[in-house]
Amino acid sequence: MKPKFGVVVFPGSNCDHDAYYVIRKILGHDVTFLWHKENTLDDVNVIILPGGFSYGDYLRTGAIARFSPIMNSVIDFANKGGIVIGICNGFQILLEAGLLPGVMLRNISLQFVCKDVYLSTENRNTLFTSEIPLERKSIKIPVAHGEGNYFASDDVLKSLQDNNQIVFRYSDSKGQVSDDVNPNGSLMNIAGIINKQGNVLGMMPHPERACDPVLNKTDGQFIFKSIINYLTN
Amino acid sequence: MFRAKVIIKRRPSILDPQGKAVEKGALHLGLTNIRNTRIGKYIEFDVLSENREEAEKEVNEYCNKLLANPIMEDYEFTLEEVK
Repeated sequence: MKPKFGVVVFPGSNCDHDAYYVIRKILGHDVTFLWHKENTLDDVNVIILPGGFSYGDYLRTGAIARFSPIMNSVIDFANKGGIVIGICNGFQILLEAGLLPGVMLRNISLQFVCKDVYLSTENRNTLFTSEIPLERKSIKIPVAHGEGNYFASDDVLKSLQDNNQIVFRYSDSKGQVSDDVNPNGSLMNIAGIINKQGNVLGMMPHPERACDPVLNKTDGQFIFKSIINYLTN
Repeated sequence: MFRAKVIIKRRPSILDPQGKAVEKGALHLGLTNIRNTRIGKYIEFDVLSENREEAEKEVNEYCNKLLANPIMEDYEFTLEEVK
């Protein structure tokens, strides 16, 4: 199948163009914007919910975007097995929409955190992570968020672990996970999780900001390339 | 018509770093007796309904689905008839 990406644009999205640019210019694949007021998804086979501050983060992050007309179609698409990746604010929207479990709390420091972080890949057996080379103990991808402190009840956390749904954890460059390298207070250093079916990924770090070689970091490409390979092979 | 006044609180088990930070401000103010500061939300709105039961149902739905996130928040509300 030829990959065709759709990047949803909410009022307040600000990483939509970055995602579009990476897919089209860096990776050379088909991509289109999907306006939040629409309810058709064209014929895309991957949906990106981009980072930003949809609806000004009013009420709770992602809470209002979740009720945008396009989200009904996105939820439907995901429930039918369609590939969805939510990045940062997109992750928060997936949580509010119930496509992934848990909530995001304010960073424990109360500060907006914007820096490169290292992630240990906890599950390489997903369509989002298959291209991350085995010898890589960590990948380097930036975060930029004020509310990335992942929280879930003990039951949910256990179910995430039992089903291998924790995909990325904040670590050091050697892949060692510890409190010292937790940028926001997330439970278990969780940076990204996947749904049980394996077709919906939410992650706080921004892979689209680590793709263009001119930025001197390209680890984000692994994630998009994994999706592309999954669809083409 | 009814006037709804909703209070949304973080569940007791959820940390409130904002409340903690604000409480530090209290210390700096010299208020040494302040403890357990928790920050929530207050929201008010009208419900265009003549029937209290119906209005309550609508407020509950609004709270459960949008105003509060039941994973981390509890809510309570009052409804006052407006003539």
